[in-house]
This record gives sequence, structure tokens and C-alpha cells, in this order.
Amino acid sequence: MPLNTARKPKLAVWKFASCDGCQLSLLDCEDALLAIADSIQIASFPEATRAVIRGPYEISLVEGSITSAHDAERIHKIRRLSKTLITIGACATSGGIQALKNFKDVNEFINIVYANPDYISSLQNSTPISDHVKVDFELRGCPINKNALVEVCNAYLNRRKPNIPTYSVCMECKRRGNICVMVSKGIPCLGPVTHAGCDAICPAYNRGCYSCFGPSEDPNIKSLSGQFEKTGMSKEELIRIYRGINANSEEFKNESIFHEQK
Amino acid sequence: MKKLTIAKNTKYIADKCSIDSLLTLLKEQKFKTVGPTVRDETIIYDELDSISDLPIGITDVHEAGSYRLKERNDKALFGYNVGPFSFKKYLFPPRLTILKTKRVDGKITIIKENDSVDKLALLGVKPCELQAILIQDKIFIEGEYIDNYYKEQRDNLLIVTTNCTEAGNSCFCTSTQSGPEAKSGFDIAITELIDDNGHNFLIEAGTKNGLTFLKKLPLSEPSDNDIETAVKKIKSASENMGRKLETKNLKELLLDNLNHPHWEDIAKRCLSCGNCTMVCPTCFCSNIEDVTSLTGEDNERIRTWDSCFSMEYSYIHGGTVRASIKSRYRQWMTHKLASWQEQFNTLGCVGCGRCIVWCPVGIDITEETKSLQEQVTAQAEQLAQAEN
Ligand code: SF4
Ligand code: SF4
Ligand code: SF4
Ligand code: SF4
Repeated sequence: MPLNTARKPKLAVWKFASCDGCQLSLLDCEDALLAIADSIQIASFPEATRAVIRGPYEISLVEGSITSAHDAERIHKIRRLSKTLITIGACATSGGIQALKNFKDVNEFINIVYANPDYISSLQNSTPISDHVKVDFELRGCPINKNALVEVCNAYLNRRKPNIPTYSVCMECKRRGNICVMVSKGIPCLGPVTHAGCDAICPAYNRGCYSCFGPSEDPNIKSLSGQFEKTGMSKEELIRIYRGINANSEEFKNESIFHEQK
Repeated sequence: MKKLTIAKNTKYIADKCSIDSLLTLLKEQKFKTVGPTVRDETIIYDELDSISDLPIGITDVHEAGSYRLKERNDKALFGYNVGPFSFKKYLFPPRLTILKTKRVDGKITIIKENDSVDKLALLGVKPCELQAILIQDKIFIEGEYIDNYYKEQRDNLLIVTTNCTEAGNSCFCTSTQSGPEAKSGFDIAITELIDDNGHNFLIEAGTKNGLTFLKKLPLSEPSDNDIETAVKKIKSASENMGRKLETKNLKELLLDNLNHPHWEDIAKRCLSCGNCTMVCPTCFCSNIEDVTSLTGEDNERIRTWDSCFSMEYSYIHGGTVRASIKSRYRQWMTHKLASWQEQFNTLGCVGCGRCIVWCPVGIDITEETKSLQEQVTAQAEQLAQAEN
């Protein structure tokens, strides 16, 4: 049915510096994917197929951060071909764990790690897609939650606002019936300043939140750091707690640098 | 032995076995029985099989931002105060599917939700929690709009209150007049008595429903000493509240000082995480979301607990009305302690102290009120002096 195919909206998935985990979340949506296979056309999806259908695309899902000059150019091309551009995962939305290099001199790493450093061309910083092009929606998480991804695609395909809350993990934590690890056990937890989306999975297993989803809508990080200090956290620990998967997000970056320079 | 005639609003003596029999009777009558039990070093409410599931000989120690369990030196069944979760979750669940629809051949049909609820018995409802249920009744069933789920569960509810004979460090129910003894609203009320005479309970029926259960329990007549001991213990709890809230002119204090610099001071500490509203037994805000499948065939309408600490809560066309933490904290506190009075003719706070204990940075509603009160008084005095 070539005619029909032509009218189906095209969805493309693009990969930049990342582990592919977020794309796998999309593959993991098996049932939902099958359900929409009738109404959309998957035009590019590196984890699933090598075939690429030419743009323009109704929706582009972008995974990964920008770490090379080549990628910094490629993202502009993708933007031009995409009606809606949605970034998925911590790499694409904040720079990812690889953004830890932003706090050091990248050439030092390259010289230590690679036998022939001359072949490596890497930018000093790992940056989110939104530093380079206009992004229509950022879906947080490391990895993203597959139901949230279906919800976002669904919302854009049906031209409505996605139901993705931006408040703290604590809200989900309490709704789930977890017992707060900060209050009941004195375990440091980033939940109060972290964007919801994981359904508070770490506190459910008696661990503090690591902030896989990055800063929440209006995080009061100074106050939480103060509380951590009160419960005996050292300067090094404080720097480290913010230097995780979302180390390069504006709020966490500023806070870790603040403690480093103190 | 003289046969006891059991009447409403009269106190009798029960022992541990009678309390266990009460649980058995409730189960025989197809009640789901929930009450306090220890999980993860915390006392939460969950289903109980027998009194051995209760937190026997365990109490809870509260500080602002801290909660720990401690062993008691007796075998009290109800010798604790309050844990993180109130009974609110049973009448007003954190997440509830309120509607399901299906689209077939372009026609949308509503699939009636099978909302039939269990008969539910709540055991160990502390007086402050009972007061919270009575407040939520006003919100969900006594107003113009009735919440169907709440009503159905409320109609199938049996409340067994346990009066407090010891107050916790974060309790202030004396200030809010919601404890430490329940005056009404319960089906059955219990006061635990542990002394040289043994381990007994004063038990009383508050409703006909409660009475039918009491009539089936092995009970005896209390001695004057039993009654006196209970009165003394409750009085001592009342006099030893860990915290205090001055409620006189509270509404005026808050509403007349909406621009006081103290709000900024709190905003520096408040994380806007929403924990205080989640644990508060009277907070009733929710969000409603429609979830559609990708094909649009199966749809659900879901209600989840929401909080005035979220930005989206006050989002209207064009932006968020309460964009600062200051304005969100102020909303929470002025609603609980001031505008609630205008809305429902009662305080929105029952003095349970949960918001103090479960705030990750230990912000204390009683301390913030006191601080504001003192600053406002001091400023008024200064002004008066300057005028003289
Ligand atoms: S465990 Fe963490 S996420 Fe959960 S309520 Fe406590 S601080 Fe918030
Ligand atoms: S405001 Fe705080 S102390 Fe008052 S009822 Fe709510 S949680 Fe309890
Ligand atoms: S304090 Fe906030 S969450 Fe609680 S009832 Fe009031 S507006 Fe709702
Ligand atoms: S008062 Fe405490 S619990 Fe409430 S929002 Fe602020 S930090 Fe969170």
C-alpha cells in the first residue's frame, strides 16, 4: 500500500554519544510499538534496523550528547528535517555521565587512554542537544521510562500536552508508599531536588536517589546540601553526589563547582 | 458472676485476648482489618491477621526530619504515636482509576469501573487521625460535590480508635483540640492500661455498629481505679505534648502578614519537595490525568495525589501562579492554619506532627508559626514605642 505509507507520519530515532539504553527502552515498548506500527512509519532506528527512510520527519527522537565537531554539525541537519525534535535520556538532556570530562582537561585523558591520541577528535565538553538546536521536549532519565516515552510520542502525535510531571521524586516516593530513607535512616537522598519519572525506585530498595532524572522544576539545592553537611557529609562527598549522571545540568554543575572552590 | 449488660458510651475492661477476639470477629464479618505493624524499621498501616502483627513493645522517636523506632520496657500494643502514613490512603488512595473508556467503531463507551470496596476496619486510629477523617468527611462527602469512592468506603468503614496515653515529641494535638482522647466519631475506642494490675484495655462503643461487636467480647466491669488511671494517663499525655501551636488569632496572624520577610527565610530552607502535603492526613489535593493508548482505543482517567508545592498545581494559561518556593510554602501553611478555617470552619491541622518529622530538612510548622508570632509582636511593640 504505497499510497497509504506515504501519508503515515514518520518517526526517526537518532543516536549521538550514548550507551543505546534509551533506544532499547523504545524497543522494549513491544506491544505499544506494534500498536502504532500501523499508524506511523519508523524511518530510522539504529538499534532496530539499518534502513533509513528520507525525511522530513514528523518526530525525531534524539539520544546521546554532543561530543565531537562532526556530531555538532549532524544535529543541525536532523533539526532541519524534523518537525518535532524530542531528546531522550540524560545524555541528550544534560550531557550524560560522559560530561564528567567537562570538569577536567580532556587532552589529558586522551593521552592516557589511547595508544594513538592523534586519531581522536573529541570536543572538550559533552553537551546536551539543547545547547546546539531548539528542542521541543526533553524526556529525562537514565534510562528513560518506556511508558513515559509512549506517552510523549502519543501526546505529540495527537497534538496534546504530554503528562510528564516535573516535580520532585519525593512525590512519587510517598505515593508509592516508600519509607523515606533520609528521615528514617539518615541516608543522603537527592529525591527532593530530582525530577520525577522513575517512581522512586531507589528509595523503594532502601537507597538514596542518585538523580538519574536530573534537577526537578525548581530545586533548592543549597538547602539540601546544608542538610547533607549537617548529617556529616564531607566536601569530597558533596562534590561527588552532584557529579553523577547529570553532572553537567546547570544546577548540579554550579553546586559541585561551588563546593570544589570552597 | 453477674452478667454484664453492654451499653453504648460506657467503658468496660478488656484484656489482650479480647482485643484479639475483636480482630477475629471483624474478619468473620468479612472486614479487611488494617492497623499498625512494623515494616522497614517503621510503623506503617497494613493488613493485620492477629494482634501479634501489632508493634508489640515498640515505640517511635520523633525529631524534626528524623524518625527512629525504640524498644519499650513493656509489651504495649499501641505504645507508639504516628508513622509516615495516615489512614488517608484507604479513603483517598494515592492513585485511583476513576474511569475507563473504550472506543469501538468510533463510538466511545464507558466501562463501568468495578469500584465495589471491601468492608474495612481501621484498628489503632489515634485521636488526631480520627479528627483528620472527620475533616476529610467535610471535604469529600459533606459538601456540595460528593466523592463516590470516598463515600462508598466511608459507608463500609469501622473505626477502632486508640487513645494516646503518651505524647510524642512532635505531637501537638492538645493545641488543635484533636486529642489525646477521642470524644466522638469512633465505633469503638480503646485506652491501653499497663500498671501493677496487669495489661488491660478500657473499651467503649461509640455507635450501634461498634456495640454489636463489643457485645460478643469477653469483658468485665472496670474498677474506679481503672477509670482513674486512664484519666490520669490521658491528662499526662495532654500536658506533655512535644510541641505547641498557639491557635489564638492564628488566622489573622498569617493572613495579615502575607508579605512578612519570614516567608523568605523559610523559602531558603524549604525544598518544595511536597513531602509535608503527602504525609498530612488532611491534605486533599489531587490531579486528574487522562491516559490514552496510542491507538486511542483504550483510555483511562486517573486521579493521583497532588500538592500545592508543585509548579503545575497553580499553572493556568500563560504560567505558574505560585512560581516561587516562598509563595508555595505560604500557600501550604496559610491553607492549613488560616484559610481552611474559612473554607471548612475548622483548622486544617490536627497536630499529628507528620509534616515536621517527614520533612527532609526538618521544617517545623509550629516553630515557623511561633517565630512569625514573635517577630510580629516585637515589631508591633517597637512601633508602639516609637510612637510614644
Ligand atoms: S527517600 Fe528520598 S525521594 Fe523518598 S521522600 Fe525521602 S528524600 Fe524524598
Ligand atoms: S499540618 Fe502537619 S501536624 Fe498538622 S495535620 Fe498536617 S501533617 Fe499533621
Ligand atoms: S495545603 Fe496544599 S496540598 Fe494541602 S490541601 Fe492545601 S492546597 Fe492542597
Ligand atoms: S516544608 Fe519540608 S516537606 Fe514541605 S515542601 Fe518544604 S522541604 Fe518539603
